[in-house]
Amino acid sequence: MPEHTFILNGESVTVDIEDDVRLLWVLRDVLGVTGPKYGCGLGVCQACTSHINGKAFNPCSVPVKDLRPTDEVTTIEGLPATVGSELHPMQEAWLEYDVAQCGYCQPGQIMTAVAKVRQAREEGREISEADLDEIRNVCRCGTYHRIREAIVAGAKKY
Amino acid sequence: MGAKDPLSTEGVSRRRFLGYVVAASTLTVAAPLGEGEAAAAVPSLPGPAEIYDLNDMLTHAALPTANLITIRLDSDGTASFALPRAEVGQGITTSSAMLIAEELDLPLEKIHVTLADARPELLFNQITGGSNTTISTYTPIRVAAAVARGRLLKAAALELGEALGTLTAKAGVIVSTVTGKSLTYGELAAKAASMTTGQVAVTLKEPADFKVIGTARRRIDALEAVTGRKKFAMDVRVPDALPTMVCRPPTINGTVREVANLDAVRAMPGITDIVRVSSGVAVRGRTFGQCIDAVRALEVTWGPGTAEDASDESIRAELRRAELPLPGLDLLTKSVDARFTFHFASNSALETNCAVADVREDSAEIWASLKSPIVAQEEIALRLGLPVSAVKVHVTEGGGSFGRKLFHDAAGEAAEISRAMGKPVRLMWHRTDDFRQGRTHPMSTSRVRATYALGQVLTYDQRHTSVATDFGHGVGEIITAEAARLPVGDLTFSETIFTLTQQTPYRFGVATQLLSETDKRFNTGSMRNIYSPNVRCAQELVVDELAKRMGKDPYQFRRSFLKDERARAVLDKVAEAGEWGRSMPAGTAQGIALHPEYHAYVAVLAEIDCRPETTGREIPDAYTGPRVMKVVCAVDVGLAVNPRGLQAQMMGGIMDGIAITLSSGLHLTDGHFQEGSWDNYFYTRQWNTPPELEIIVMPPTTETPGGAGELAVAGAMAAVACAYGRATGKMPTTFPLNHADPLHFEPLPTSPPIPASPVDGLNRAF
Repeated sequence: MPEHTFILNGESVTVDIEDDVRLLWVLRDVLGVTGPKYGCGLGVCQACTSHINGKAFNPCSVPVKDLRPTDEVTTIEGLPATVGSELHPMQEAWLEYDVAQCGYCQPGQIMTAVAKVRQAREEGREISEADLDEIRNVCRCGTYHRIREAIVAGAKKY
Repeated sequence: MGAKDPLSTEGVSRRRFLGYVVAASTLTVAAPLGEGEAAAAVPSLPGPAEIYDLNDMLTHAALPTANLITIRLDSDGTASFALPRAEVGQGITTSSAMLIAEELDLPLEKIHVTLADARPELLFNQITGGSNTTISTYTPIRVAAAVARGRLLKAAALELGEALGTLTAKAGVIVSTVTGKSLTYGELAAKAASMTTGQVAVTLKEPADFKVIGTARRRIDALEAVTGRKKFAMDVRVPDALPTMVCRPPTINGTVREVANLDAVRAMPGITDIVRVSSGVAVRGRTFGQCIDAVRALEVTWGPGTAEDASDESIRAELRRAELPLPGLDLLTKSVDARFTFHFASNSALETNCAVADVREDSAEIWASLKSPIVAQEEIALRLGLPVSAVKVHVTEGGGSFGRKLFHDAAGEAAEISRAMGKPVRLMWHRTDDFRQGRTHPMSTSRVRATYALGQVLTYDQRHTSVATDFGHGVGEIITAEAARLPVGDLTFSETIFTLTQQTPYRFGVATQLLSETDKRFNTGSMRNIYSPNVRCAQELVVDELAKRMGKDPYQFRRSFLKDERARAVLDKVAEAGEWGRSMPAGTAQGIALHPEYHAYVAVLAEIDCRPETTGREIPDAYTGPRVMKVVCAVDVGLAVNPRGLQAQMMGGIMDGIAITLSSGLHLTDGHFQEGSWDNYFYTRQWNTPPELEIIVMPPTTETPGGAGELAVAGAMAAVACAYGRATGKMPTTFPLNHADPLHFEPLPTSPPIPASPVDGLNRAF
């Protein structure tokens, strides 16, 4: 079976698995990392959103063979370490605004939020209403309003 | 509720109840989970002998904690409580912890609330539905906590050698007001334990003394949620429970005739097992990705489904035929006549149907989010030919429900597959299956006629006709579940639910609202708020029309006809806070609506923008359409245990109401639903979220809480529909509003039944 190596939450991991298995299943079913959730497997609902080299992506839509040994994959479990603290400021904002209801989509929502803020800053601005409107993550509990509030507040923390 | 103490005097007795101290090595207390208070959501109970016979009584009477909920105090100073309900996002673990914190005088963070396994001895007292959890557990949980507090105080008095009256309990510590000596609950937990089980009378706190109940608290599971540590059914580690998926038919409930390539698919990478089951062909493998590939590779010949050739048009005609007649019309009165159509909708949660099952020769163990776990346990036992006691059902945290988790579709299927394979399985439905083969909110029509003369509404008649709603989950226990399945039984059950939930809050003379159901070929179930959003939407649109014909303002018209002061108060509140009647540009408008249910009232004011520049706004890969720009909601649930949690429930209900009015429906064509992803089924997304949203929690109007989980859906649906009608000048009659448009998406194929996952994820990274 082919071997695939990449960096997961700061540590190099190697898995034996067929080339075309999507990364979401490598994370969840092989490595036991269950923060990224399954909501569609179609790159639509964004529940599995994680980061690759700092950018938001859907592991459900990436065959494991596309990863290089130097690629850094960060799931919600590894997000706090990227800022060297117990919680990322965006997670703190999520707590402050008591965003979660069932919580199933929230790891993906937070990973998207962090990437959106970064993306806006790279364009030399802070996150705007139009940016928030573009977020595709489904929340079936309908916590959208608190997500918007938490992102704006969270962005001010760092 | 706890049994009232017959010895107590009138006045005090309203708050005096009996609880229990249970024999255990650490302080364990209990209270009976009540029968009386659940009545509103548990209609038409069969006689006691039907649901609980002598044999059961003899068995369960032997259990020291039969029909009791218990709280345990540990030496680390924490209290633990296993809630016999399902947490699927409503926040009931938090509100239950608040009730304990209040009566026990223990900080919220020291209270652990978990979800109880299926407990058949609780009978119909382990169902999560009808927005009933807080109504039915409000008193029992507080009684148990108060027993614990009393017991700790007594233990402290003995330990410190001081009179009980000199001791006070605060934040988990008992202090002597005389000597200043103190003991923590942790230090007292073992000393307060009892060798025997016995009854204790307690007095609950006066509402005026509440320090926790009625205050806004954050969820106790929030940290778990934001760190990804919260464990849902698919995150539970069960040895050897490998990913399992089912290849399902192309039409609703089709059956397997023949599989051409079982051996070839079994040999695919990662696949360990493949078996035919009642719902299709099950595959088990190392990863779900490999299961998806295997499902797609299967060559199956399918038999017809239960609704072959059915379409939205054929069902609409069928509903028309099943409609109950309206009373004759007096030719001298004027009338508003309308017929509304509500298309099929999906109650699919973000977590698809899923369960872990480990079925052995003589036992079975199930892990799933279940709102009716006793029915699941008993039906699975029946299916497997095992005694109920050999089937253990663990209730996991749920990733949303919206009615789905009243049923145990995945748990039953997982048990069948695990037995057939002889191995543990981790069964998950694919998203596309969850929309196409999963349960739905049935299509319905509402025919309304209201007559009016001389400034009065004389009659209001509503005939709601619906594809049958499956209430096969009963009220939480298999015998009532079976009764709901009898041909006559469930008609009565549906009609009873309808009658007990639908109201006309206005003084409209002689008012009738009747339900007629037809067609049992579909997989249906209660969707959040069941009949109310559709019935209420139709009524409020007719109210707007009546106001228009009678030359009245919609708000003032409602106000003058409302029966109840609490209803008028929430309506006035949104009119004021939402600046009802403010001047707005053409193509935009306000709508206002009211909904009474669950001993509670909600009013919603919505502002919608239907101008072309808004409906045609461009957002990448988004379905946009009219946008609700602002919502103001006022809610009176009597007593709000956690106002913050209540606000969250209102917000969620409003997002549901917006979706079912504007955009989220299923299209039925040739015996199957076209929608297969969240980019087909347009539940509210960020681009359709109102930029402005205000939720006002009214001050307490009663001493007991009403229900909140579903309340806002009907009010929001009606307000958005009314706003749309006023913005466009035409009363909408078909929902969702976009249903008659050409499809806004390219339907996924039905064969293979599920799509392959994309491979371009890296190109779309941002």
